[in-house]
Amino acid sequence: MATMQLRLVTPDRTIVNDEVEEVLSRGIEGEFGVLPQHMPMVTPLPVGELQYKKDGVWEHIAIGGGFIQVLPDGVTVVADVAERSEEIDRERAEAARRQAEQALTDAAAGEAQAEAQAQLQRALLRLRVAERRHEGRRPRTIPGTNGHTDTG
Amino acid sequence: MASRREIRRRIRSVKNLAQITKAMQMVAASRMRRAQGRVTASRPYADALRDVVAQLGARSGAREHPLLVEREVRTSELIAITPDRGLAGPLVTNINRAMVRFVDHESHPVRVVTVGRKGRSFAARARLNVVASFTDLGDRVTLAEIGPIARQALDDFANGEVDRVHLVYTRFITTLRQTPEVIQLLPAQPPELPAGAAPWNFEPDEPERVLDVLLPRYVESIIYQAMLESWASFYSAQMVAMSNATDNANDMVGDLTLAMNKARQAEITKEIAEIATAAGAISGT
Repeated sequence: MATMQLRLVTPDRTIVNDEVEEVLSRGIEGEFGVLPQHMPMVTPLPVGELQYKKDGVWEHIAIGGGFIQVLPDGVTVVADVAERSEEIDRERAEAARRQAEQALTDAAAGEAQAEAQAQLQRALLRLRVAERRHEGRRPRTIPGTNGHTDTG
Repeated sequence: MASRREIRRRIRSVKNLAQITKAMQMVAASRMRRAQGRVTASRPYADALRDVVAQLGARSGAREHPLLVEREVRTSELIAITPDRGLAGPLVTNINRAMVRFVDHESHPVRVVTVGRKGRSFAARARLNVVASFTDLGDRVTLAEIGPIARQALDDFANGEVDRVHLVYTRFITTLRQTPEVIQLLPAQPPELPAGAAPWNFEPDEPERVLDVLLPRYVESIIYQAMLESWASFYSAQMVAMSNATDNANDMVGDLTLAMNKARQAEITKEIAEIATAAGAISGT
């Protein structure tokens, strides 16, 4: 199967640098998919989810805004922040969601409101992406059997 | 000559000093490695962003973007990235001097934005026109924390208060060499496309709208990169300064020990002479 190079970088690290089969993302005007030999384009990315298929398995990444540049031989994503679904700490994301909701009800109209709204959006996205851990295509690890403890 | 007890006390205090500078040297060394790691880790991001800007900047029409157009300079702004702390040898003086030299050499008024305590206090003493200062950003600074600095520059430039923005920071060359460097931030200068790389024909063709979002990020990323390099420079300068301080302290301990031994020797010689004189006086009667 044809592949293309996907490179996803954030200011502090490179998250993906791999040959992939397909990329799915949300642009400012809705979702779009990218296959190898796609038409060149550059578009901003809002806060949203980016998915890519590698060896037939979809991987999910939460993106906190950025850019995507598509060239026929590769895709470059420049993101402000990004987290792979398996890296997301669900409890922390949940806490962030509650905090954002609280901030939203407390916030006065205007800028504070918009900021709280954006925070909530990010928290919800992280929760959603965390839920999508490989969608059952790989055997799920049962909590407690894999050396996981709650104290970590 | 100082008494032996006094010399001994000084030896002890110098030894303590050497211990402290040695510890600071080790801490600076490990932080320098971390800071260098951060510079390296952020490079792919900066490179990717630069590629996109180069691609878009090469397109027709892109050059008219307000953030790219050179205009006649009546007032300019200088963002100076300086450390919060000292004890780093000549580094602080060098960056501050570079800041003042730049302001003096411009033929138009320059407004200064300082980042870091050392730059803020120095600029105040030098009576520069400081319009904003940021301090305590730390060596774990994130791109989000750079936001306000970039916004200040972008706003001042966009609403015509200044016509050009420069950035001065300490470039990391090697552990032993760091030099202040001035770069132009705004109007942004898109890098040239590498020779042979034809600009792609993008669809939909609306570079202006993409540049609106892209250029501020590009500016942020340049400041971020400069900030990380300045930290790596700071820690290597501090490491070298502390290593020199430790060496000097150890030399001093050697000198003082020698002085103490000489004093002891002199004391003993004097005592023997006194005893001999006394014995001679007794037997002489």
